[in-house]
Amino acid sequence: MAIRPILSTLRRHKTTALLVVLEIALTCAIVCNAVFLVSQRIERIHMPSGVAEHELIQVALAEIGAKPDEHARTLTDLAALRAIPGVTEVASVNQIPFGRSSNNSGIKLDPKQNKPTLNATNYFGENIGQTLGVQLVAGRLLQPEDYVSIKEASKAFKEGKLEGLPRLVVITEPMAQRLFPGQPALGKTIWLGSEVPLQIVGVVKHLVRPSIWNDAEAQYSMMVPMQVEDNQYLIRTAPGERERVLAAAIAAMKKNNPHRIFWQKRTWDEVRQRFFDGDRSMTGLLIGVCVALLVVTALGIVGLGSFWVAQRRRQIGVRRALGATRGHILRYFQTENFLLATIGIALGMVLAYGINLFLMVHYELPRLPAVYFPIGALALWLIGQAAVLGPAMRAAAVPPVVATRSV
Amino acid sequence: MFTYYLELALRSLRRNKVLTALMVVAIALGIGACMTTLTVLHVLSGDPIPSKSARLFYPQLDPQDMDGYREGEEPPEQLTWVDGMNLLKAKRARRQALMTGGAVPVQPAQADVEPFFSDSRYTTADFFAMFDAPFLYGQGWNEADDDSKARVAVITRKLNEKLFGGKDSRGQVVRLKDTPFRVVGVLDDWRPNPHFYDLNVGNYTESEEVFVPLSTSRDLTLPRNGSTDCWGRGGGNDGDHMENATCVWMQFWVELASAADAPAYKAFLENYSREQKTLGRFQRPVNVRLRNVMEWLDQEKVVPSDVRLQSWLAIGFLVVCLVNTVGLMLAKFLRRAGELGVRRALGASKREIFKQLLIEAGVVGLAGGVCGLVLAFLGLWLVRQQPADYASLARLDLAMLGATFALAVGSSVAAGLLPALRACQVAPALQLKSQ
Repeated sequence: MAIRPILSTLRRHKTTALLVVLEIALTCAIVCNAVFLVSQRIERIHMPSGVAEHELIQVALAEIGAKPDEHARTLTDLAALRAIPGVTEVASVNQIPFGRSSNNSGIKLDPKQNKPTLNATNYFGENIGQTLGVQLVAGRLLQPEDYVSIKEASKAFKEGKLEGLPRLVVITEPMAQRLFPGQPALGKTIWLGSEVPLQIVGVVKHLVRPSIWNDAEAQYSMMVPMQVEDNQYLIRTAPGERERVLAAAIAAMKKNNPHRIFWQKRTWDEVRQRFFDGDRSMTGLLIGVCVALLVVTALGIVGLGSFWVAQRRRQIGVRRALGATRGHILRYFQTENFLLATIGIALGMVLAYGINLFLMVHYELPRLPAVYFPIGALALWLIGQAAVLGPAMRAAAVPPVVATRSV
Repeated sequence: MFTYYLELALRSLRRNKVLTALMVVAIALGIGACMTTLTVLHVLSGDPIPSKSARLFYPQLDPQDMDGYREGEEPPEQLTWVDGMNLLKAKRARRQALMTGGAVPVQPAQADVEPFFSDSRYTTADFFAMFDAPFLYGQGWNEADDDSKARVAVITRKLNEKLFGGKDSRGQVVRLKDTPFRVVGVLDDWRPNPHFYDLNVGNYTESEEVFVPLSTSRDLTLPRNGSTDCWGRGGGNDGDHMENATCVWMQFWVELASAADAPAYKAFLENYSREQKTLGRFQRPVNVRLRNVMEWLDQEKVVPSDVRLQSWLAIGFLVVCLVNTVGLMLAKFLRRAGELGVRRALGASKREIFKQLLIEAGVVGLAGGVCGLVLAFLGLWLVRQQPADYASLARLDLAMLGATFALAVGSSVAAGLLPALRACQVAPALQLKSQ
């Protein structure tokens, strides 16, 4: 296929050809970046939690009146929950993964260092690791004898004593790697602020934080052996039993003390669902815009192609009369589209890179991986070819006799 | 001539209905997407209290110890109880209010309504006058109530409907956390957006339903919500003794007589910091901030970055749609070069041809704009179905309606200008010859 006649034809339609190129370039640039954003969001939505996702229930209450003996109430509640058939583990906790409200501490390797090495979240509550179903990779989980009560711990902390403070901690693997790169973390001591030394007795694979400010730090979690009496309970049961167990748990809690309000009673799947609501709707929107952009561009090519075919009926007729086959005519329009698309894609790549730079500066996005460029190019070539096929077939159907007629 | 050109335009557009529809839909989609996202952006970055935002200030101090100190860093976003109370009592501004957020159990008198939690605000007397909170019945409490830890409450219209059937409930009793409170005022609908006076409870959250004096809330240790940042040994506190803790957890706002008084108030804050340092309470070098409402919202980056990103995306989409329409229109006009050549040869000036084509483009743009407006309403409806806390705010106001029309007209002119200009350059002789 000779390209020169196509180029000389295009030179006579400079402005129109330029507009097609521009449209393809813009579409290519936006779609590349939007698809990249979508992939980032989807990755985020599937962030590992490190817990038994479909086996957990959260129940949280609040006293209406004055606080009763919290210790006794917590023990009664836990006993009642444990007595429900189907419940395998329970814990009275301070926070839950993806739960939004969180307790965090600065972690130091040396109490004298000025700035903490990192910020991690504190999971409190006896049996919390066992209930969450975290996956141990080294050492052990916390046992009942490791625990101290939060009241004693606060008192000791305020008085500046070490007795009464928790001494051990279980941390996540990503946190261990950040604190002790390339070394085993087990047995090492970390400092909660400058005051509380904790010895690492276990490392778990993942345990996500309740509120995430920075995705890179999403797994910086610790389990500290402190008993809490916050009226917040985590229950583990078989996936199919959750609805029944939740209903039974609510009934049991009401029986224990009716002078309370439930402010949370849900499965952990709902917790995760709610946490990523924003990301999910943004993903939907981005996909919608991508589809709309590609459709508009494709229809634009169809429209323009039809015009050009109608405009050149006579030339096509002449070419046909001079011996060009239908295939020749078809390929002429296909090649023309391919040329325009290629120029557009080349320009689009540069633009895509520019948009990505802008997003990197203003939205803390990573660099666009190179793999998106060939995929974007391929998509636009295919769409261009599919869009021009209709008009090109119509062109190929022009009979040679047209050449002999005047317009 | 205008009506004639209009008729010509309609006839030409009718000749190729699919293509006309394509152009109109492209413009409509672009404008619809743009207006939806820009409206959301406009609503979210609005001024919550336009009449006063330049005179309301949020003082910040740095009461932390030297642990983790680095020069030039921002002071904490909130105040300690001690500093809050000192600044409140100093009364250096026209009005001032110290506050924190919470949630209280409300126990309705009706036996058939279960107790429920309502978001609450614990604050001092000036709050209502300072933030122009509109009262339906009664008014806020006064300083004497603050001092005597009075069991008084202001509730919102919504809660008043729920508890008292919307009647004037002044003097009625509402039970909060097993304690009777006397209702002194009912607020009319009030939802400043963003929730600027306390962003810790959510940037675009609804206003609280119950307002109680701060002193009373501490006396009864009503449950608190929001963020608490501690240093030193402050973290060991259990929430009942927050008054002495080395923790920041209070918001403090001041209303100055005019924005010009800000430097004087800032000097007062610096003086106060120096004084506290001499007393040994503060350790760090003096580090104060005094931002007005909009500066504070800007500092806290309240507008979600996703919303900004969506606006950029929509603008990009509109540009593609416009380029598409320009291309189609140009091809269409150039194809009519013969017809235009005849008109030119018969005496029509370039200006007239240009006018005729621009009217045709304008019709497409206008149709696109009107459809775009409909799409924008649909888009905003979709946004309102989203789970975000700002969702219910996504409504088109008059300013944005005007902007939509401006955008529609602007886009249509932009889309028509280039094709019309290009097509009226047709040389009549050449066109006639080729016929």
